[in-house]
Amino acid sequence: MNAIGRFVETPLEESPLAIRGLSAGYGGLPAVLDADVTVAPAALTAIIGPNGAGKSTLLKAVLGLIPRQAGQVTFWGMPLVQARSRIAYVPQRASVDWGFPVTVMDVALQGLHREIGLLRPIRAHHRARAQQALERVGLAELAHRQIGALSGGQQQRVFLARALAQGADLFLLDEPLAGVDAATEDAILAVLRALRDEGRTVVAVHHDLSTVAAWFDRAVLLNRRVLAEGPVGLALTARTLQGAYGGRLPAEAGGLR
Amino acid sequence: MSGFLAALLLGAGWNAMLVTLGTALLGLAAGAVGTVMVLRRRALLSDAMAHATLPGLGAAFLLMAALGGSGRALPGLMAGAALTAFLALLAVEWLGARTRIPEDAAIGATLSVAFGLGLVLLTVIQVAGLGEPAGLESFLLGSTAGMLRADVLAIALGAAAALSALWVLRRPMTLLAFDEGFAAAAGLPVRLLDRVAMTLVLFVTVAGMRVVGLVLIVALLILPPVAARFWTDRAGRMTVLAGLFGALSGWIGTALSAAAPDLPAGPMVVLAAATLMAASLLLAPGRGALARMRAARARQPTLDRREGELWAALRLADPASPLIERDDGHTALSALLPPDRLARLLAGGER
Repeated sequence: MNAIGRFVETPLEESPLAIRGLSAGYGGLPAVLDADVTVAPAALTAIIGPNGAGKSTLLKAVLGLIPRQAGQVTFWGMPLVQARSRIAYVPQRASVDWGFPVTVMDVALQGLHREIGLLRPIRAHHRARAQQALERVGLAELAHRQIGALSGGQQQRVFLARALAQGADLFLLDEPLAGVDAATEDAILAVLRALRDEGRTVVAVHHDLSTVAAWFDRAVLLNRRVLAEGPVGLALTARTLQGAYGGRLPAEAGGLR
Repeated sequence: MSGFLAALLLGAGWNAMLVTLGTALLGLAAGAVGTVMVLRRRALLSDAMAHATLPGLGAAFLLMAALGGSGRALPGLMAGAALTAFLALLAVEWLGARTRIPEDAAIGATLSVAFGLGLVLLTVIQVAGLGEPAGLESFLLGSTAGMLRADVLAIALGAAAALSALWVLRRPMTLLAFDEGFAAAAGLPVRLLDRVAMTLVLFVTVAGMRVVGLVLIVALLILPPVAARFWTDRAGRMTVLAGLFGALSGWIGTALSAAAPDLPAGPMVVLAAATLMAASLLLAPGRGALARMRAARARQPTLDRREGELWAALRLADPASPLIERDDGHTALSALLPPDRLARLLAGGER
């Protein structure tokens, strides 16, 4: 399959995430069908599409969280097992129980679990890195709070801080900007842009057509199949959006073309 | 009563002391292991496994009697119990993964079928009078009668093994319980960790089924962590506290049943654990019901209607006033403003 509107292609071994012919889903009809995506390094990429388009499924299948029915996924040309330590995943906020008995600092430290290991005590430099990550998302003062005491936006930022503490090169985020307050939106966008400017790669599932052009460099337009991929202005045209959203094209997308 | 106190203080004889220590150790392990299950939301699965030990007990008894030995050899019974409990775990996993049956229904179906099968086997054994079946029914509700030093030693070893495994795996277990998606994406062996946790539950169940009984062992896995959650917001402390609550329940419960030998040990242990949980639910600072009620009352505004209207008038007349920050539902504005300003505010508010 050749997606409409694909432009300069990154070579496979330079792409932080290259997907070839990926089909995935929970049994039965695949939620994602025959997807090809070549994520550009050091860019902010949005995965965008209507509800039920398979955006989260694509992200989860890439990480091996749900079964792949067909296709290959490489990270910098390598399979997942070799690249794992360089990838940070930020799940949907609603996927966990925020009444769980851990503090904000505990969650940030989870990003360092590989280095901390099983038996060694948590060192001061681990805590310092977790604290730094919390500072970057503006939660430094809340480190000792129980996570249930946070607002929704703060919870989303804790999840981002955990990924930051990990020090990854590729960030995969599932709806990081859904239903958050304005302050959180600004904080998260600032962090994501800073990551890109440091040369890291960010891929985020995004649901809002009206903001995608302002917030992201590139877009993957998905509705079970990849309909377009490339710089936002080129990938999201009236024609490709019509293909993805059909008659349900939201009015606010009018500014895009 | 004096018998209870003597048993509580380990003064009711060598055997009673052994039983008390053994059950307390069992409670320690069960509370700590149970914390993992409660946090991972798999408490019901442990109950299914506990009930599924019964057909294994019956089958092992029959097999050993058929081979000419005593059907009551404990190692054989334990092996049989563990085997069918593990099969039940596989059955629940298979039903969940390969069919459209929801997990709670799969657990309920497996639990009841396994337990029914076990009861049939037990009845067959007793009706046929095969290989000295007396006492087999004590596995159902537990009994401290005839508990030997070897039993206590076995429990102590099992508890030590379970607690060490828990200690080594505390970080990945907590991470998995909190956020399975992140744990799996980070490469943690999710399936293996879950299997290890279930194996620990199995250890506790098999070690405890003689004392507490397999029907009620789940209470010792669930009640202490639930009680502990009221006292702390940290998973680590919750685990330690749940272990202590479990040990205390075992201790008090066996002391009660030693004092009144007609009362079965299992239910007494469970009632002790339930009392601890009820006390925690009511009395714990912060999360307890009384503390919450007190906090809710403190949040209730205490100002009368006129004072409330004054605050509303201030917000309308002067939205930038620094005073607005002091509107907490208890502070009267008339106490903060000089009378002339108050009068002007009221006049403006009435206009």
